Amino acid sequence: MALDVRLIKILASRLVRLALVLLCVAMVTFGLVMLSPIDPVDAYLGPQMAQVSPEQRALIAERWDFDASPAVQFGHWLSQLLSGELGWSHIYNQSVSEVINQRFQRSFILLGSAWLMSLLVGFALGVIAGAKEGSPLDRMISGYAYVTASTPAFWLGMLAVLLFSVYLGWTPTCCAGPVGVLNQDVSMLTRLHHLVLPMTTLALLGIATITLHTRARMIALMNSEIALHAFAQGASRSDIAWRHGLRHASLPALTLAFASLGELFGGSILIEQVFAYPGLGQATVEAGLRSDVPLLLGIALFTALFVSVGNLIADSLYPLIDPRMAQEQL
Amino acid sequence: MLNIENLTLQLPYYKHWWRREWTTCIDNLSLSIQPGEVHAVIGASGAGKSLLAYTIMGLLPEAAKTSGQLFFKDAPLTTERQRQLRGRQLALIPQSLNALDPLASSQRQVSWAARRAGQSKTVAWRSAQRALNHYQLNHHAQQAYPHQLSGGMARRVLAAMAQIGNASLIIADEPSVGLDPQQRDRVLASLKALALEGKAIMLITHDLRHALPIADHVTILRQGKCIEATPAIAFQGNGEQLKSTYACALWNALPDNTFSTQVRAKESATHADAIDPPKEPTIA
Repeated sequence: MALDVRLIKILASRLVRLALVLLCVAMVTFGLVMLSPIDPVDAYLGPQMAQVSPEQRALIAERWDFDASPAVQFGHWLSQLLSGELGWSHIYNQSVSEVINQRFQRSFILLGSAWLMSLLVGFALGVIAGAKEGSPLDRMISGYAYVTASTPAFWLGMLAVLLFSVYLGWTPTCCAGPVGVLNQDVSMLTRLHHLVLPMTTLALLGIATITLHTRARMIALMNSEIALHAFAQGASRSDIAWRHGLRHASLPALTLAFASLGELFGGSILIEQVFAYPGLGQATVEAGLRSDVPLLLGIALFTALFVSVGNLIADSLYPLIDPRMAQEQL
Repeated sequence: MLNIENLTLQLPYYKHWWRREWTTCIDNLSLSIQPGEVHAVIGASGAGKSLLAYTIMGLLPEAAKTSGQLFFKDAPLTTERQRQLRGRQLALIPQSLNALDPLASSQRQVSWAARRAGQSKTVAWRSAQRALNHYQLNHHAQQAYPHQLSGGMARRVLAAMAQIGNASLIIADEPSVGLDPQQRDRVLASLKALALEGKAIMLITHDLRHALPIADHVTILRQGKCIEATPAIAFQGNGEQLKSTYACALWNALPDNTFSTQVRAKESATHADAIDPPKEPTIA
């Protein structure tokens, strides 16, 4: 009973914190858009700008309440937001929530698979490398990790397209499906074929940091009294890595994996651009370049929500791994 | 069971940036331990007690240089043999409670020790339970994590881990440090009980007073040198049977013994790395 109440309290406080974060993000992004040189009337009119007289423009501005103070405008937007109305994206001619929903589904496959791959592969490599510091395998893995950690994402993407799509012809050069085929007609296999290169490129970057951090934790463990005690019991290095190492190294790996969700999101913007993959990242670039204010704001809020929820999950996973944290929380 | 002959251990250190020098941590040490006896190794911090334990277990850093001979059960104790015997014939109760993995429950850690000693998974789990029960750790303590245990309970978990493989030589490195008198007596009594089962126990401690009641033999180390090797029975009266002045001073420094020389003798005992040899205690 007491445990339930405490659990509800913890959950409630986290939700309040999440709401506060989102409010701050909303305020900052709205302020940035107000300060930006984007004129919403121009953006709305697009190429027809030249055919519209100044009187008509004034009429539109009046109708949209652009004379009101920024605070009042923010209030309008926020109240719409709270009722679930994110606005209308004029470049896609769809409601913002629909655009985000459609685009995110595609991005989610890309982000999710890249994230999972970087976590699993990065963790495994880190454990193997850290289990025997200085071994040839360790040198190979950490050498690889240092190189990829210092490689920019878009450059790696361009190299990958050049090598695998253009030169070798193994993978398609663009998009989430063949050109000229409706989205619903694309088979699962074709989708995967289009996904594999952007996913691998995105994952490669995540792998490096997770490997390096996991390796560092493993090396610390292998030199600790815990390991010495295990050696005294007759344990081998692999035994220690398996029984003690996995538990100890999973903490930094998980922290990093969830904390890097934002980075992954940023990486996906570049990668989707390089591979012309029609996901949320590409929509962000489009919205920015073509002054689609409602879509830009919507994506900013959504991204903030996505990253915060990721961190929330990481926070709740810690006590499952480290019992010392469970006690502090309850 | 264990014979150490003329053991010398040197560890490297770097003087300036590149000049490697060797410091002698154990100097020409010989001792032997028989089955069924508790052999106390007494010395102040830095006397080389723990290093002696690591040398026997084969857990020294790779750079260490040793000479002399180790025999275990009448056969040379080589690196290869140490690796085979660790956890099965040779067991160590470590000095620090940090040796317990904070992320695993007591029973799990004891069962890991049993697995490492060659027991099957189901057998290991049950023998872990039995060993912990033997050390009076109840079900709750068996499922608890190290941070939830008191110092005495954690020591008993370490003891359970050391005896689970039924090793014939158990090295206990400062097993009673930081415990209240009741807990300390309990730990020492359990070591004596293991010796009475026929195991050889090496008790490493700086606490001569509480080691004596259970010890059969005493070796006193000072700066890596053995300065007294004697049956425990020699510690009686004013220490007339002790050969070295250091041991005699140590004995007389105990609160139960001659009080007049206590301060001076004790000072030289606890500051063993002081350059001056301890002064001959004046017996009142």
